[in-house]
Amino acid sequence: MPSQAFWLIFLLPVISFVLIAVLVKPFTRRDSPVAGYITIMAITGSVILSIWTLAEVLGAPHHEIHVPDITWVVIGDFTIKMGIIMDSLTAVMLVVVTVVSLMVQIYSLGYMEHFVHHDGDTYTRYYAWMSLFTASMLGLIIADNLLMMFVFWEMVGLCSYLLIGYWFHKPSAANAAKKAFIVTRFGDFGFLAAILVLFANTGTFDTAQLSDMAAIGLLGGGALTWAAIGIFSGAMGKSAQFPLHVWLPDAMEGPTPVSALIHSATMVSAGVFLVARTFPIFAHSIEAVTLVAAIGAFTAIFAASMGLVMNDIKRVLAYSTISQLGYMMLALGAAGIVLNHEGHVTIEAAKAAVAIGIFHLFTHAFFKSLLFLGSGSVNHATGTFDMRLMGGLRKVMPWTYITFLIGSLSLAGIWPLAGFWSKDEILITALDGNKLLFVLAMITVFMTAFYMFRVIFMTFHGEYRGGESEEYSHPHESSKVMVLPLVFLAVLSVGVGWWNLGGNFAKFMGEHHPHGVNLFNVFTSSPWPIISLLLALAGIGLAYLMYGSKLISAEKIGARFKMFYNALINKYWFDELYENIIVKKVLLGGIFAGLQEIDANGVDGMVNSTASGVFGSGNIVRRLQTGQLQLYGLFIGLGAAVIAIVLFIVN
Amino acid sequence: MDSGYLLAIILLPVAGTILIAFIPGLSERLIRYIAAVSTLVSLILAVVIFAGFDRVIGGIQYEMKASWIEAVNANFHLGVDGLSLPLVLLTAFLGFVVVLISWKIHERVREYFAWLLLLEASILGVFCSLDLLLFFIFWEIEVIPMYFLISIWGTGRREYSSIKYVLYTLFGSAFMLAGILSLYFTTGSLSMVDIANRDGVIVQSIMPVAVIFWLLIIGFAVKLPVFPLHTWLPDAHTDAPTAGSVMLAGALIKMGGYGMIRICVSIFPEVAQQFAPLLLALAVISILYGAAVTLRQTDLKRMIAYSSVSHMGFVLLGVFALGDVSLTGAGLQMVSHGLLTGLLFAMAGLTMHNVEERDLTKLGGLARQMPVIAIVFSIAGLGSLGLPLTSGFAAEFITFTGAFSSTTVAGVEVYTLLAVLGVVLAAGYILWMLQRTFYGPVLEQYNGVKDADKLEKVYMFAFVALILLVGICPFILTDVIKLGVSPIAMLIGG
Repeated sequence: MPSQAFWLIFLLPVISFVLIAVLVKPFTRRDSPVAGYITIMAITGSVILSIWTLAEVLGAPHHEIHVPDITWVVIGDFTIKMGIIMDSLTAVMLVVVTVVSLMVQIYSLGYMEHFVHHDGDTYTRYYAWMSLFTASMLGLIIADNLLMMFVFWEMVGLCSYLLIGYWFHKPSAANAAKKAFIVTRFGDFGFLAAILVLFANTGTFDTAQLSDMAAIGLLGGGALTWAAIGIFSGAMGKSAQFPLHVWLPDAMEGPTPVSALIHSATMVSAGVFLVARTFPIFAHSIEAVTLVAAIGAFTAIFAASMGLVMNDIKRVLAYSTISQLGYMMLALGAAGIVLNHEGHVTIEAAKAAVAIGIFHLFTHAFFKSLLFLGSGSVNHATGTFDMRLMGGLRKVMPWTYITFLIGSLSLAGIWPLAGFWSKDEILITALDGNKLLFVLAMITVFMTAFYMFRVIFMTFHGEYRGGESEEYSHPHESSKVMVLPLVFLAVLSVGVGWWNLGGNFAKFMGEHHPHGVNLFNVFTSSPWPIISLLLALAGIGLAYLMYGSKLISAEKIGARFKMFYNALINKYWFDELYENIIVKKVLLGGIFAGLQEIDANGVDGMVNSTASGVFGSGNIVRRLQTGQLQLYGLFIGLGAAVIAIVLFIVN
Repeated sequence: MDSGYLLAIILLPVAGTILIAFIPGLSERLIRYIAAVSTLVSLILAVVIFAGFDRVIGGIQYEMKASWIEAVNANFHLGVDGLSLPLVLLTAFLGFVVVLISWKIHERVREYFAWLLLLEASILGVFCSLDLLLFFIFWEIEVIPMYFLISIWGTGRREYSSIKYVLYTLFGSAFMLAGILSLYFTTGSLSMVDIANRDGVIVQSIMPVAVIFWLLIIGFAVKLPVFPLHTWLPDAHTDAPTAGSVMLAGALIKMGGYGMIRICVSIFPEVAQQFAPLLLALAVISILYGAAVTLRQTDLKRMIAYSSVSHMGFVLLGVFALGDVSLTGAGLQMVSHGLLTGLLFAMAGLTMHNVEERDLTKLGGLARQMPVIAIVFSIAGLGSLGLPLTSGFAAEFITFTGAFSSTTVAGVEVYTLLAVLGVVLAAGYILWMLQRTFYGPVLEQYNGVKDADKLEKVYMFAFVALILLVGICPFILTDVIKLGVSPIAMLIGG
């Protein structure tokens, strides 16, 4: 495969973006779906090339293909290059991003139709940004150096901003878009700082060279630890890890296919990907990997707890996404802790250690995008995301129901679906890394199953509660163009977990001796898989009792534990703390307002009073010039006297 | 070699001024065409010398030298190197664009365009001068047209702002003149090249070199501007007519940064190194303080004006980090800021002209009513907050990297990291400004407001194309800038 073909994976959606922006917009009717067709064709090309790439990388020695760099800027010794890294991590990510993106683009043809015909939206703006997003995400994945990663990292952030605010005339959407950008940028400050630290210490941005330098000790100590923490802070912003998690639930203001692509499957997992890409650096700092594991585990349970009580179906899924991203971080961090315990932190070992986290990223992308697209389908039928207005949709939307159920089972970690295999690996690694983190992860398994089946029962079972308005009193199944991607993703949500049977995925990522299990002996090799499966089933059972058969009253439990319930439904008051207290009161109303006062009255006040002072003394001096000779004579006399006195004293 | 080019670039707008001012009975239309043609030809010549600049030998090119005042050994000495050439190009570009921006001016058209062209010529003169006296004269000429532009065609408190501008500038230039005179009496020369080449060797010392350094720095710091000498800028920018703001923010304040590198750092490298920590601290204050105050503004133009205080702080950071990469970054940041803030002011002016409202608390929802302006305004804003693929990111990233890894100033890492925080704040105020202007519910009172017309789209497109070009291919400029700053950085060992 020629190296230009690798670039083409990224360039196809770029071309699609340019075509739509330059040609389609001026030369087509407002409601023409041609922008969608262009995007779908371009991304289909990227899918084919990505799968080809995966096959090539699978067959390559050490699962890596060398691609030559392009030199970009040279100032003295300072050189910036653009280049591709084509290893197993890239290959896996390429397939995830292109496949999910393709499914979402096809689905969007149906989903956006309603808004184009009723609200005066256009396909062009939507698909232009979707293409730009896909291109940026692919650029981020193939980048072989931190600077290029940062460039595309910001670009995906921009696309996220534009697409969250797609309905910019809604204040809530405009606010959510701004919030997402600023919160993630706060994390990016750390990422940028880390790049500066690494460059100042090593003179390179190249991830492979940085890994080598970390391995032989040229890069180490405080610089390495701080750089790793800085990179992780960028990852925390993008992957919505505590305490930078607040933007993701609000990001649901964007169109639902956007949430499926950007805010569940791809961009938000870019943080996990970034840590994985730089893991050979992280692995040398026990502090950094411990931090990653701790933040990950805490975020997993923290976000899941808020998912328990939300009534908006997309918000439940959003908290679920944060929680699952926490799982992935936990997997990376715990694997790093294990590496440090075993004491052989080689580049190969560090690269292989990311297998568990990336495997969960891989399976999660499919079932979570499926769930989001399912929620979009439900929204089409009912006009709302509020589950209290849904119910009973199982009968009228059988395809949406079945596929949503498969996604939920997979997410809950039910054997033998994809989520079971990846989650199982994480639990075992967490157990090896740290017992407390393992316990948190186990509790999260129970919560995950509970909140997903709460959604299932509230949305699809019982009686239909009428939807948004009269208009939606007779819900119906969505069109084929929306159902087909659901079915395709459902098939993947069942099967992709089997890639790691016998440890094949881990071997691909570079693990020489993975602990391989097959479809059935997984339960006999260790007690934990069966325990976690039972926990998940218990969660489903409790959800059934509360929301299916209603044997237990959810309201009474809510009333009994009112304090907990309030904390959860108010999202632990984090929005309140950040927006009202820190931003509005402390910064804008306090410090910045103070500086503004200083600027207006202090700094500028001094300027103005100097001016009026000069003016005033000019007035006084003017009065002295009376033109009366007697007065001048008096002044001369006084002056002479003063000089005489001074001379007398000095002598 | 091709010595007439620079003279022609400067004299074309002057010729335009003379034609417009002294030929009686010109129609408004003809005046506009004279202005457009003279600035366009000047721009084309600037592009020609940029393309023709020999990137292998570097140094000063397109030099011309004529004896001028023999008594003080002053020469009419022009020339450009890698540092000044991009600024000449930027000024020529903005000089042409502001004529287009002013197309709808109908009040005292003759005087307006005469002053506007003279303004451009004087700024070009500053960037091309290699003689200190000539430099100073161009520097002073600029004050007059700017004063009239603000006080006659301005808005709001225009008398206050224009007088403040003049007094503040004269205050700065008084220090600068004292500095230049001290340099002359110390070295016996007015040639920037000769003085710099003697590497600070002193003929007769009349005062400590540090004092001369500070006299000059204060003059330049007023212009850049640097905290606490910045308060003229928000007033002048806010009350100036659109073209005046674009020229002021885009080209004029770059004279401060240029002067610091060309005169302060290259003539006094040791002193610069000695005082670098103090100046870096002022840079950080300008960046963070400027950003904080920006966040409190509710006037569209004032907001952009304050953001300039913050963004020019990055120039100061790059200059006094004293490394070759950081100085290149500072040079690039000057050009980038000229394009981005120039476009921001142009778009703000257009919005205010079409909507007749500038209070951010009263604007909103305009993206539906003026989509083209909304898109271009957003691109300028995103560039200004340092989004990759725009010139803003390229300039800031190179400045930060260069500053952070500079080895000539102790503690520069801390200053750089603090400066990076300014980028986070920039995201805050830019996105807030865009949201308040363009997003949210569509307001009925703005139904039927005009979007950009054809002429406006032309210069908007030119701005956007350049912003992206510099952002994606920064080497077009950095390859030139580094030729100018590397010899200066070598003096310090950076």
